[in-house]
Amino acid sequence: MKPTRFIDLLPHIVLIVGVLIFAYPIYVTLIGSTWDSGTIGRGGLPLWPGGQGATNYAQAWVGEAGDRAMYTPVRTMMLNSLVMALSIAVGKIAISILSAYAVAFFRFPLRMAFFWLIFITLMLPVEVRIIPTYKVVADLGLINTYAGLAIPLIASATATLLFRQFFLTIPDELLEAAKIDGAGPVRFFIDVVLPLSRTNIAALFVILFIYGWNQYLWPLLVTSSGDMETIVTGITKMIGTGESANDWHIIMATTVLAMLPPVAVVVFMQRWFVKGLVDSEK
Amino acid sequence: MATVEIRNVRKSYGPVEAIKGIDIAIQDGEFLVLLGPSGCGKSTLLRMVAGLEGITGGEIAIGGRVVNHLDPKDRDIAMVFQNYALYPHMTVFDNMAYGLKIRGIPKAEIRARVDKAANILELGRFLDRRPSQLSGGQRQRVAMGRAIVREPAAFLFDEPLSNLDAKLRTQMRVEIKRLQDRLGITSLYVTHDQVEAMTLADRILVMNHGVAEQIGTPLEVYQRPASLFVAGFIGSPPMNVLDGRIDDRGEAVLLPGGQRLALPQARPTDAGRPVKLGIRPEHMAVAAQDFSGGFSIEVELVEALGADTVVYGRLPDGESLLVRMAGIPTVRERDRLTVAPQDGALHLFDAVTGRRME
Ligand SMILES: Nc1ncnc2c1ncn2[C@@H]1O[C@H](COP(=O)(O)OP(=O)(O)OP(=O)(O)O)[C@@H](O)[C@H]1O
Ligand SMILES: [Mg+2]
Repeated sequence: MKPTRFIDLLPHIVLIVGVLIFAYPIYVTLIGSTWDSGTIGRGGLPLWPGGQGATNYAQAWVGEAGDRAMYTPVRTMMLNSLVMALSIAVGKIAISILSAYAVAFFRFPLRMAFFWLIFITLMLPVEVRIIPTYKVVADLGLINTYAGLAIPLIASATATLLFRQFFLTIPDELLEAAKIDGAGPVRFFIDVVLPLSRTNIAALFVILFIYGWNQYLWPLLVTSSGDMETIVTGITKMIGTGESANDWHIIMATTVLAMLPPVAVVVFMQRWFVKGLVDSEK
Repeated sequence: MATVEIRNVRKSYGPVEAIKGIDIAIQDGEFLVLLGPSGCGKSTLLRMVAGLEGITGGEIAIGGRVVNHLDPKDRDIAMVFQNYALYPHMTVFDNMAYGLKIRGIPKAEIRARVDKAANILELGRFLDRRPSQLSGGQRQRVAMGRAIVREPAAFLFDEPLSNLDAKLRTQMRVEIKRLQDRLGITSLYVTHDQVEAMTLADRILVMNHGVAEQIGTPLEVYQRPASLFVAGFIGSPPMNVLDGRIDDRGEAVLLPGGQRLALPQARPTDAGRPVKLGIRPEHMAVAAQDFSGGFSIEVELVEALGADTVVYGRLPDGESLLVRMAGIPTVRERDRLTVAPQDGALHLFDAVTGRRME
């Protein structure tokens, strides 16, 4: 009995240890955001919550640290990040679902050429094409705009491929039945393809929202004014070069706030996945 | 309601000719079954009528109007697919109503038509369900409901029952027949099941390799098969086919085993000609042991089916011969017996072309 019991427990132990390892830094951040800067600065952060939470978060939210340094307020940065992440997620889904629809359902000259063209862009992530992209965006006068933040990141080969694979599983007869019912390509897309894709869309939305939210390099380049700052670049800018003490309590509060929208999106969208998994109907 | 005319229709996929020129005029209200083995081009022909497949040559006219270049939606047809092809995310009601909605028919009339169809098909209780919450037979009925509410000029069915189990298939077959009698809508029905074909059809078009082997009523096709292919395809167990030769006077068929079967009419012009002789297993009966116009067989296997019995016999020259007798078995394996064809049971086919010799 005994050895098998241990074998049964082992996976649990491994998983629990794993969870602790991943959760510990987040816990420290959460705790850190409730103490004053002095406590953290001395290097003796306790492992239980302090009493400064409310003030820290309020200060971070409006962007003042006591009477000293002024940061871009978290509410501005959150809004910027939200606009960017939503534009990227919605834009990527809209563009990729339409191009996948074209590639999967229509026969047109050079169809496969276009498909491979999309495929090849997988090998060109933002970092590789960043200089030319910056030049184009700058010439278009899009520096320090939401459009400049989001549009260059909207094209998505991955999402196009995922949608295409899904569309290929839609039986031909469904399309034919719709043709006989009198639905043209646009109606078929709206009435049949979109509703059938909703779990895929939900899954992609979560992934792409987090991808957009976590963008770092591109916003760093394309924004220069404080009121266009996104939260991920904002946090790094709060950490100084060592000339003055860092306001760790504000940084940690900001970090906690930065985690909330992605978490909210996952929690909210989870219902859709589960629904999709439960009544898998096709 | 309309006629459907198919005039010398051809279909090629690149170098492959799937349909090699088919001609048939389907009457208003007629139930035509396209019957043939897998890959013979039944679905292709049906899909050309539906407008889902381009027409390489010839003409198709529905209700007197050539439809070669019309979209499926403009052909005034409705189709029932083998896998039902219901919209998975729509309720039964919406599945049936979708085509009407697109055509801009007023809501109240849609409601009325769907309710009527649901009534006929006994689907009333399921209107709010999704297809995934229905059984196979119910889904099949929804697919038919979707066709009915359109009130089309013609119904097209592509093996609509082949995903159902045997019992349900029989039941749905009867329902389809009743429905078509009641609605009187011209129907084209694809199947490879001869029982479906025999029971449903007003006329059967037997297809093989893209050509029409025979077009006729179920009884014509059974009683006077136009070719060896039709003879072998219709009837279960299949017709016995033996090599033979017409004797020098044209009065009888001589078989390699030495039997001599008198022909109902003399055919002096065919004297000496090699033929294929067809006899249906159910058209033979046990004869007196020394009867000269029969076959002496050794029984190899007896299949008792209850209502009748199939005897697998072997002729002295090694050919096999099936005999179907009414009732429970009266013979046993290893028995020797003589069986003789009944009057008018002989079918003669050209030994080379396989066509029926009248
Ligand atoms: N898109 C296509 N390209 C090339 N050949 C095709 C195509 N569609 C069908 N064929 C060929 O045409 C022939 C007829 O096909 P069809 O689907 O009409 O057969 P069927 O009689 O309906 O058979 P089944 O009973 O198996 O459904 C087949 O030999 C098939 O291989
Ligand atoms: Mg077929």
